[in-house]
Amino acid sequence: MDLSGTEEEEAFRHGLRAWLRETLPKLPPRPPATDWPARRAFDCAWQRALYDAGYAGLHWPSDAGGRGAGPTQHLIFLEETERAGAPYVGANFVGLLHAGPTIAAEGTAAQRARWLPPILRGDEIWCQGFSEPEAGSDLAALRTRAVLDGDSYVVTGSKLWTSHAEVADWCELLVRTDPSAPKHRGITWLALPMDAPGVTVRPLRTLAGSDEFAEVFLDGVRVPVGNRVGAENDGWRVTMVTLAFERGTAFAGEVVACRRTLTRLARAARANGRWDDAVLRRRLGRLNAEFTALWRLTQWNVSEADHAARTGGSGVPGATGSVFKLRYSEARQELYEAAAGVLGPESLDAGRAWTADRLSSLSYTIAAGTSQIQRNVVAERILGLPRAW
Amino acid sequence: MTVDFRLGDDQRALQAGMRTLLAARYPREKLRAAVDAPPALDGAQGAPEAHGAADPGPDRKVWRALGEAGFFALRLAEKDGGSGLGLPEAVLLFEEAGRALLPGPLAATHLAAGLVPGAADGTRIVTALDGPGVAEHLTSSDAVLLLTSDTARLLPMEAGAGPRALRARPFRSVDPLTPLHRVDPPPPVCPGVIDTSADAARLRREAALLTAAQQLGSARGAITLAVSHARRRTQFGRPVGAFQAVQHLCAQMLVRTDLARASVYAASLTEDPAEIAAAKLLADSAAIRNARDCLQVHSGLGFTWEADIHLHLKRAWVRAFQWQSTEESEEFLANELLMDAAEENAPDVWWGTEGGENVLA
Repeated sequence: MDLSGTEEEEAFRHGLRAWLRETLPKLPPRPPATDWPARRAFDCAWQRALYDAGYAGLHWPSDAGGRGAGPTQHLIFLEETERAGAPYVGANFVGLLHAGPTIAAEGTAAQRARWLPPILRGDEIWCQGFSEPEAGSDLAALRTRAVLDGDSYVVTGSKLWTSHAEVADWCELLVRTDPSAPKHRGITWLALPMDAPGVTVRPLRTLAGSDEFAEVFLDGVRVPVGNRVGAENDGWRVTMVTLAFERGTAFAGEVVACRRTLTRLARAARANGRWDDAVLRRRLGRLNAEFTALWRLTQWNVSEADHAARTGGSGVPGATGSVFKLRYSEARQELYEAAAGVLGPESLDAGRAWTADRLSSLSYTIAAGTSQIQRNVVAERILGLPRAW
Repeated sequence: MTVDFRLGDDQRALQAGMRTLLAARYPREKLRAAVDAPPALDGAQGAPEAHGAADPGPDRKVWRALGEAGFFALRLAEKDGGSGLGLPEAVLLFEEAGRALLPGPLAATHLAAGLVPGAADGTRIVTALDGPGVAEHLTSSDAVLLLTSDTARLLPMEAGAGPRALRARPFRSVDPLTPLHRVDPPPPVCPGVIDTSADAARLRREAALLTAAQQLGSARGAITLAVSHARRRTQFGRPVGAFQAVQHLCAQMLVRTDLARASVYAASLTEDPAEIAAAKLLADSAAIRNARDCLQVHSGLGFTWEADIHLHLKRAWVRAFQWQSTEESEEFLANELLMDAAEENAPDVWWGTEGGENVLA
């Protein structure tokens, strides 16, 4: 056990801090939440700035355009950018955290050369076409069909909860290529160009009033065979690599952000007198413990992945990511409830930025695998309980 | 080194050694024999002296075996007869003690190893009193470590003299293996007390962390009990562990335990007061909640005296009050939020970001 960084890691941290100090004040103001083209431009400009400074794809392998740094260094990056209040990954989330790592791990040399550099430079945005109206938690039940016709797959079906679909250039798409095989074995992973004929995007308004989600309808869309990552019908395994990434470190920066929000809440409570309420005060104290521990758990998971990577393993966070996500998603919801306690009637003002955050947080126990599914994963894969029925 | 939570080879060996020792010296049969012995539930009635006879105290043979194995002297320098190890190693050993439900003032004796002759080798049992409040094993201890926020004093005495010296009142402890006395404020000035130069604040923090480690061990022990029962017990033609309702209880046990474990191990490395408070808070909750969920998973069996689950729960209740209580930890951590100097002049990102206005302004 050791929590001290190496000299190299500390040097990296200091360099990054200096760069952030210099760069962040020069950023343009953030666009309004509803202006998607402006948000895309802002997110891409930030990614480009990271790329130019050598901070893009830190932990991606060098043959995938990355810097080949260990997960620990990546974690330092997430910690420091969040501490400094740098922009969130935003529209680049799927490219950087789902599709990119999948292509890096499973794609051919040509596929990596085609798709990864534009992700790292912030030139191309990806979205995720996994869930369907009839395939949510039971993702493997997906029915969007792809039939091989010459050198293309012809894809027909529909996808749901596709974040950033309106501004995306590419979609990591799961399709059924063998309807007669057991459900996990007939799935294929395709990179779908969003401007292909037959693709229709319909925004889906969330309870937060925002429309970052969309339904995507696919009507006889032709996708070249060369856009298939991994073998035909091997898409489920390819996808699991992606999902494990999602639960591993994807939320690391947000833990830091939550801890910072908590300090702001404490100051706000002291300023408005709510600090005298022992119940509320102690609630904030407990959340402090929770987020401090969640950060340590993140470091733990990353150090395991780091070790696995160095000893020939995959370096992909495993089921322990489910443990983290279970507590993180609920703790974050509790944070907003505590915030409402601090703000009092102000918390009813939908015009405040934090209200949107509070409403968004309602999705955390659902997105990327519901808490109920995560508990099944923990019970079966970590605790070794019999398969649920 | 880089950030690494994995145990080193020496740490793993130390942990395995402690498990072996406890399996040999304090197996479940011994725990049950102590729990089921008639005098274990000594009454609150009668004078403290009379009470003394009813408290057999921690098993002195086990205590000496722990001493020989270096449990108490672990962190003393090698020249002082110790192993020169640190809190991370101590935490691992205390975790095992908690898992085995080993009774006694383990943390107090460990902390007294450099202060009370005989504590280090396990020939003397040292209990502690943190301000006014509750003391465990007062009758059977050979010395009491008296701590306030800024003083650490020692009261050596003949075994059995503790309650009278501190004018302490016994009461029937909820935990059958942890006899308790209440000591009213203000802590009495008693003859024979020795001042020490020990850093009281540090001792209290370390005691909180070592207690958290025991709670962590108990929480992990409860998971083992729950999971093995859920795999074995069959209802409706299936192991009950195949029902999601039961699975989810078990999964939550693991979630809160992993959080507590990350917190306890990290605090043992940083020794940061806030991290120690977080570790105590989360480990207390994990021990109590896990015992409760474990009881629920065991259903009717869980409600029996014969099952060990109530022992986990009752010990967890006692340990949660010792050193930093839940209330103290939460208050400390709340105030720590206001101390975060790095945030003093930080830009208001969350409040103002997208709406462009600042509710706090």
